Amino acid sequence: MTTRASQPFVFIGCVELRQALDHRATDERELLERLEEVPAGSVFYHTHGYFLRHRPITTVYGNDFASWVATQVRDQVLAERLAVVNPFEFTGLEHLREELASIIHDHLLRLSTVPRVEFGEPFYFQQSHIVEVALGPGTNTLGEFRAGLASVDASAIYFHMVEARARLGRRAGDFAEWIRTSLGMPELADRIEHIDTYMTSLERVRARVLALVDTALEARPR
Amino acid sequence: MIRIEDYRRVAPPGVVDIILTLAERVRGRRFLHLSGGRFGSGPAEILQTLVPMMSDLGIDAAWEITGGDPGFYTTGATLRAALRGSERVLTDEALDHFVEMNRVNAKKLVLDADLVLVHDVQPATLIEHRPSRGRWVWACHFDASRPQRRAWTFFRPFVNQYDAAVFALPNFSRRLGVPKYVIHPSIDPLSEKNRELPPREVSTLLRALSIPQDKPLLVQIGAFTPAEDPVGVVNAYRMVKKHHDVRLVLAGTSGGEADSVAQLGELREAAEADRDILVRELPPDASLQINALQRAAIIVLQKSVRESFGLGAAEAMWKGKPVIGGFVGGLPQQIIYDVTGYVVSSVEGAAFRLRHLLNAPELIARMGAAGREHVRRSFLITRHLVDYMALLIHLSQ
Repeated sequence: MTTRASQPFVFIGCVELRQALDHRATDERELLERLEEVPAGSVFYHTHGYFLRHRPITTVYGNDFASWVATQVRDQVLAERLAVVNPFEFTGLEHLREELASIIHDHLLRLSTVPRVEFGEPFYFQQSHIVEVALGPGTNTLGEFRAGLASVDASAIYFHMVEARARLGRRAGDFAEWIRTSLGMPELADRIEHIDTYMTSLERVRARVLALVDTALEARPR
Repeated sequence: MIRIEDYRRVAPPGVVDIILTLAERVRGRRFLHLSGGRFGSGPAEILQTLVPMMSDLGIDAAWEITGGDPGFYTTGATLRAALRGSERVLTDEALDHFVEMNRVNAKKLVLDADLVLVHDVQPATLIEHRPSRGRWVWACHFDASRPQRRAWTFFRPFVNQYDAAVFALPNFSRRLGVPKYVIHPSIDPLSEKNRELPPREVSTLLRALSIPQDKPLLVQIGAFTPAEDPVGVVNAYRMVKKHHDVRLVLAGTSGGEADSVAQLGELREAAEADRDILVRELPPDASLQINALQRAAIIVLQKSVRESFGLGAAEAMWKGKPVIGGFVGGLPQQIIYDVTGYVVSSVEGAAFRLRHLLNAPELIARMGAAGREHVRRSFLITRHLVDYMALLIHLSQ
């Protein structure tokens, strides 16, 4: 038996247009001060947006702040403390900003000198503008969804699993939401919603969703 | 003839579909690129591919160039050098003439378009003659972060009349009154410089350059100028040569300036004393020879001490080679440390990393493969095309 969705699912890929801001930091105090004043979009770009740019071949730090502190300032303690902040646990960007700033502030309180870049690059704050790109005509069944998901550009995984949740306020993510409301499969939707998108790659997220969908397809009566 | 479908076999999966969808959205709108010439510069090399690609997608894309008398070209080149930070003399008369020549250019050119991308310095003052319709963006292809003050005082008011500016890296820009977007430059994987070359063709091209392949080749390609530090590369090679029987190839162009001539003389002296140092002057259109040299190398160096984006690193990584580059310009952005190669800050650093890689052949293969994938995702012209179309869509909203 094949259930047809009440609404088709259209995969949306995305292109990230980066914008440089006139804020930069050459030491950890400046990083804190600038972090407190940049637009919320810049906090998003350097945390959630990291997963769109990050590739599995590079070392994982979880966000640009931790990566800069580790590789340019070479302060491993602060890098570890920043890297462990999971941006997906925060309901808003201001809470995330507050957490990151509070970690840097607390770290600086314990030091007598402010760690700074000696030979590396300053931190340049940026933000991004996402241009959405509809990919394909839309899928109407779980099988069609599976086929589309397997071949769609990785930016679509980012858009539906990260951008939709963190910036567009669709907390469950688009895949889970469609499977729950249009296909009427709440159990599968719950499993997809609980996939941990932090500290992984878009391809691994794709593989996990596919595995869950495959299991559901196999379990259905033929 | 350039066809977008040809890029499916080299671009990341799904990217050509994104390009086709974006092209649908911008169809019917006119793109105009303005540059200072059709040959011999980074923007020209990119536009030679990008504009035909846009046309193949059914986009109304045009590319116009500015021209003038010898004084116009001289002032344009001097102004560009000064904006890059070199000490140059710029007189009021020369600058007035430069602006006047672009006023004449504006009368000759059709400047009406939905998005006008003005590349680099020579056509930049055309902004004074923009029509009421369309968005104008200045695309800067060099590091403008430390300009000569007088040059910047003259140039900045023109940039501030644009709707936006584009820089290759955030640290290449100055504070401006308009939004600054970041779009990395790119390489064309199907061009003569980067297309696949069978080993036999590589050997033929190297034989023509009198470069034997009986020893592992360390290759640096670039101008024979202090900025590219070929003498530093020779010194690094000498430290390595004590332990590994390798050959160094320094290939590039000599600009004819005094410092370039002096560097070339020094390198030729070194080559006379050591038969495993090969210095080869290449003509400006040596794309195929560069392709062959990068493919024949075991490791590619780009040990610059001053650099713009330095796309030579991406070209070499596309050919599956680990790259040892200087910690300047766009090289740290391209070379992922310990993954696709190393960025170094000294001759000793270059020598150490060369020895490190030569002692670990499995690492050379692994880094080469990682480098090719990194370039596939981040530095191919398909990504560049996507960025430009996204810019038009974003600025039109």
